[in-house]
Amino acid sequence: MSETWKTLKPYALITPQTLVFLLFLVFPILMIGVVSFWEFNGYSMTPAFTLANYQGILTDVTFKTYLNTFKFLGMVWLATLLIGYPVAYFLAFHVPKLEWQILLFLVCTIPFWTSNIIRMISWVPLLGREGLVNQMFMGVGLIQQPMEFLLYSDFAVVLGMVHLYIIFMIAPIFNSLMRIERSLVTAAEDLGASGLQVFREVILPLSAPGIAIGSIFIVTLVMGEFVTVRLMGGGQSASVGKLIQTQIGSLQYPLAAANAIVLLAVTMLIIISILRVLDIRKEL
Amino acid sequence: MQKRSLTYYLLLAFFCLFVLFLYGPMITIFMLSMQGPDGGLTFPMRGFSFYWLGQVFQEQRVGNFIEPFVRSLILGAAVMAITIAASVLASMGFRQRFKGSTVIFYMTIASLIVPSILVSLGIGVVFQVMGWPTNWFTSGLGAHLTWTLPIAFLIMLGIFNRFNPSYEEAARDLGATDSKTFWEIVMPLIAPSLLGVGLLTFTLSYDEFTRTSLVSGQSNTLPLEIFGMTTNVTSPALYALGTLTTLFSASLILIAFFAYNAVVRRQRGKA
Repeated sequence: MSETWKTLKPYALITPQTLVFLLFLVFPILMIGVVSFWEFNGYSMTPAFTLANYQGILTDVTFKTYLNTFKFLGMVWLATLLIGYPVAYFLAFHVPKLEWQILLFLVCTIPFWTSNIIRMISWVPLLGREGLVNQMFMGVGLIQQPMEFLLYSDFAVVLGMVHLYIIFMIAPIFNSLMRIERSLVTAAEDLGASGLQVFREVILPLSAPGIAIGSIFIVTLVMGEFVTVRLMGGGQSASVGKLIQTQIGSLQYPLAAANAIVLLAVTMLIIISILRVLDIRKEL
Repeated sequence: MQKRSLTYYLLLAFFCLFVLFLYGPMITIFMLSMQGPDGGLTFPMRGFSFYWLGQVFQEQRVGNFIEPFVRSLILGAAVMAITIAASVLASMGFRQRFKGSTVIFYMTIASLIVPSILVSLGIGVVFQVMGWPTNWFTSGLGAHLTWTLPIAFLIMLGIFNRFNPSYEEAARDLGATDSKTFWEIVMPLIAPSLLGVGLLTFTLSYDEFTRTSLVSGQSNTLPLEIFGMTTNVTSPALYALGTLTTLFSASLILIAFFAYNAVVRRQRGKA
């Protein structure tokens, strides 16, 4: 086997995959950047260099849409963390056997591989005006009128996203919890630390990288989200993703592109600030 | 010690509630799709039958569902084939250090975490500028690959991390060429995991919505068709379709996990 082939072999092997990413990821995103500077006259676009699209999206509406998207992001992030951490913690520290840990983790994972659309539709018979929740509350006399905010509302959007994306928070946290040396916990206990102290001083800091990775997933999933906002939100629920999708629907590609570039920049900024606070390199 | 067991029971209760939260909605639509012919979209259930499950296959009730289903199957198979081939090759490339591997690795991660709408919009813009029509089997295929390929690649890296290279070295010492070593040594060892990765890839593609939604062209894939139905179908047939397609995905996933588990156990037994 010649030396040249040995050096070239890995490059030959990665070529197909790299081509796919260049063709369908890198080139398209570069194109979004280019088109965001093109001229748009209402129905077609022409190559040019104009900042008009960026000026066009610097409006109150865009600003409010971003605020609303941040609101969704903040609520979904908090909910996935507060629900996801105890679930991951339970699996990692309170389930005795590895087989059981894997099995229960699987139980949490399976829904993620099924259709998001169906999972959202499934909330309708529960949360609708005549849904199970309203029937139950009215049945026991807690409320007289059905609660309207349960479905087609911001509440429903957040609930839907938490339901869809929480596995992205659980999996990395579970992974980093499983890597913690059990002897560290025993050592802390032997030195007289209380259960709470062990958690705060040992377990929480060591699982921080998992929280960081989970948070990055949640940020990227929620920032570009439009399907849940459309299906579960009321007509007035707004998000950046939905705004971009509406602009594409009316073929305003340069405007949508400018919006997408801003969205990408904002998302990257959030991710970079997460990485500044927490180092994830040892997890990779 | 008493305090510890209390935490355990609290966490156990929390976990059970969480599982209920995950599966509860799904179970309600399973139940509602088993109603009698005059069933509605909400509880209480009116009768019990398989009427609505049968209705899914009747065209007039829920629009055309067979054609999008066939499209999704073909697309899933194509995505699976390309993903497996490309990710196996790439992960084998990563078994050896080479210049630029970090860039390639981060590009893969980027594909996973770039907001999906950017991928969809980007591919749409490229096709628009080039004057190509978007289609489920061209632009749609590309959009799916940006999602399935990084996941398959990361799993394959994990599989090769556990892989014992001495078998290959033995084959090479005995004079086998690279391709012979691959087909006769590596392939039989990773085949069961490939089955698992393949099925996972297939269901990811089969259920993909966001990245496809802007670039599928004239003909819908199944998830897009279902999304369209949510606004105009007001019978339990929608739930029935949801039930059938979810059972389909779920059974593929279970097969995938069992195949993967079997191979891990076998390799651990040998090592």
